[in-house]
Amino acid sequence: MADWFRHMTIWRAVFLTLVLAGLYSTIVRFAFGLGAATNLSDKFPWGLWIGFDVLCGVGLAAGGFVVAAAVYVFHLDDYKVLIRPAVLTAFLGYVLVVFALLFDLGRPWNIWHPLVMWNPHSVMFEVAWCVMLYTTVLALEFSPIVLEKFKLEKAQRAVHAMIIPLVILGVMLSTLHQSSLGSLYLITPEKTYPLWYSGNLPFLFFLSAVSVGPAMVIIESYLSSRAFHREIELPVLSRLGKVSVVGLAVYLVLKAEDIANYNLVPYLLTFNLEGILYWAEIIFGAFVPVILLTIPQVRTSKRGLFISSIMIATGFVLNRMDVSITALEPYYGAHYFPSWMEISITLMIVAVGFGAFAWAAKNLAVFPKEKKSTAHAENYEVVLVNAPVRDISAFVESDAKN
Amino acid sequence: MACEDACADKWGFPHTEVHELSCQKNTVVQQWGDTYVPRLCMHCENPACASVCPVGALHKTAEGPVVYDESKCIGCRYCMQACPFQVPKYQWNNPDPKVTKCNMCYERIEVGRQPACVEVCPAQARVFGYRDDLIEAADKKIKENPGTYVQHVFGETEVGGTSTMYLAGIDFAKLGFKSDLPKTALPQYTWNIMSKIPDYFVWGTTLMTGFWWLTNRKKKVADYEAKLKRDGSNGNGKDEKEEDFGE
Repeated sequence: MADWFRHMTIWRAVFLTLVLAGLYSTIVRFAFGLGAATNLSDKFPWGLWIGFDVLCGVGLAAGGFVVAAAVYVFHLDDYKVLIRPAVLTAFLGYVLVVFALLFDLGRPWNIWHPLVMWNPHSVMFEVAWCVMLYTTVLALEFSPIVLEKFKLEKAQRAVHAMIIPLVILGVMLSTLHQSSLGSLYLITPEKTYPLWYSGNLPFLFFLSAVSVGPAMVIIESYLSSRAFHREIELPVLSRLGKVSVVGLAVYLVLKAEDIANYNLVPYLLTFNLEGILYWAEIIFGAFVPVILLTIPQVRTSKRGLFISSIMIATGFVLNRMDVSITALEPYYGAHYFPSWMEISITLMIVAVGFGAFAWAAKNLAVFPKEKKSTAHAENYEVVLVNAPVRDISAFVESDAKN
Repeated sequence: MACEDACADKWGFPHTEVHELSCQKNTVVQQWGDTYVPRLCMHCENPACASVCPVGALHKTAEGPVVYDESKCIGCRYCMQACPFQVPKYQWNNPDPKVTKCNMCYERIEVGRQPACVEVCPAQARVFGYRDDLIEAADKKIKENPGTYVQHVFGETEVGGTSTMYLAGIDFAKLGFKSDLPKTALPQYTWNIMSKIPDYFVWGTTLMTGFWWLTNRKKKVADYEAKLKRDGSNGNGKDEKEEDFGE
């Protein structure tokens, strides 16, 4: 720990600042109530913490179930190397979402109530149960990495034995609550700005989550390769990018359907804040990345993949903020903008997330240590060009052996 | 206003001259032009707030009031988000906050009394009774006094009907009422989806298990074929380990 402080880097300083600012806001929040720390009001009861921490947090963690389904249910073995980073992200994501909820809930000490006080008509009730169960599933899916570190072989075998049912349960739960986060807004047809209201909200939320999950795995892999020189083979990531393409393509079709169903053309041609944000979301968050990722040269280049994925993730965040905040502002006549304390708590949570991921990537076997990419090498020369030097030597060695 | 004060006394709220619903005002009387308009919870027949509450802290009683049980509340504020009339308010500056709203004086109704605001109203502008009787009386009033009332009882059909209803002399839109509310009870919009979940779960799990079985079998066959081929061409099994396909 003392070591950590002695070797202060710029990123550690940023991390420390964010955490300290967040802690200050935490004290204000719990000592004086939500009103003292946030810009929430009777006119605007849900803000940044629901829009970003919960809606985006859950969505960005969707890579976990997408990759788990691909590997365990569909036996797409190529994706096996992705399982660990994807499941780690998902697990951290969900833990942080629950952590963030403790700030947003007015009476967080009652967070366990949905366990015993049931209301099956409530979307929130369903989301609560799904998130609870799925976080448990993720903990189990992630547990082998920890168990192998401590050489607990019996427990490892136990988890291995139930992995298929676990993954199937995880996929079902994810499908349910990813879509249900959209269903949360079904009940406010008269309050929602028309561009974002749709009977298809649950499907739109699900599809965008399925698309952003893989994008996040690509982003992490890219960043981790720069930070720790541990990376995932590019061909695998390229193929993963196709999942996003399919997801977003269907998403765009449903969005187009909404334009017809809800007569949105006049709203599309109105260049107010809502109109501009909507177009930004559709064009830069969905349309352009779909086009980019269908171009093989882009998809098989590290940078092309990374940039497309960043666009997808940004578009996703924008969409969730639009549905949860922008779309409701005109009706409430409220001009909500989060207070610095709301922002600082969100940043603290994000910082903790980054920190936890970095720690795990460094100390647990999350990313494959060395590449054994000989099998795919001839089809993807890019791999070799971009590979770190020692990996090339490993490659040459193994090649020589053969 | 007598009703505002009677309500404040019942809840232990201060008497103020602010005529907006808040966490210290469960009913107010607002002036819109020449018309006084009381505001309070509409006590929907099929309340959105009760349907969205994850812990059932809000519920519609058989007698009509929609009541709140603070001991269950987790403070998610979905009720505020969902209410089409923006009635539930929040104690934003309380570290142990509760939702506040009119409960139609449920504790008084239970013992056969009238709500405090009704009892105290000198002009009898607020009337309490069975919903059907009130609608009948309202229709009669509209018919017997042509030109006095708008031909509409606000709350009879809005969002599937409410237990607080209004008669007015001028267009409701001019009195701050929402004119674009759907006739469908709002919980229906979510129930259309929620009701399909059990089916989805059964079919989805079956389908997923099916996919697993199919791809698993396909893989096993492929592995076996590869092994046969290898055995046939090499004639020895020594290389097997190196080219193992995994599971």
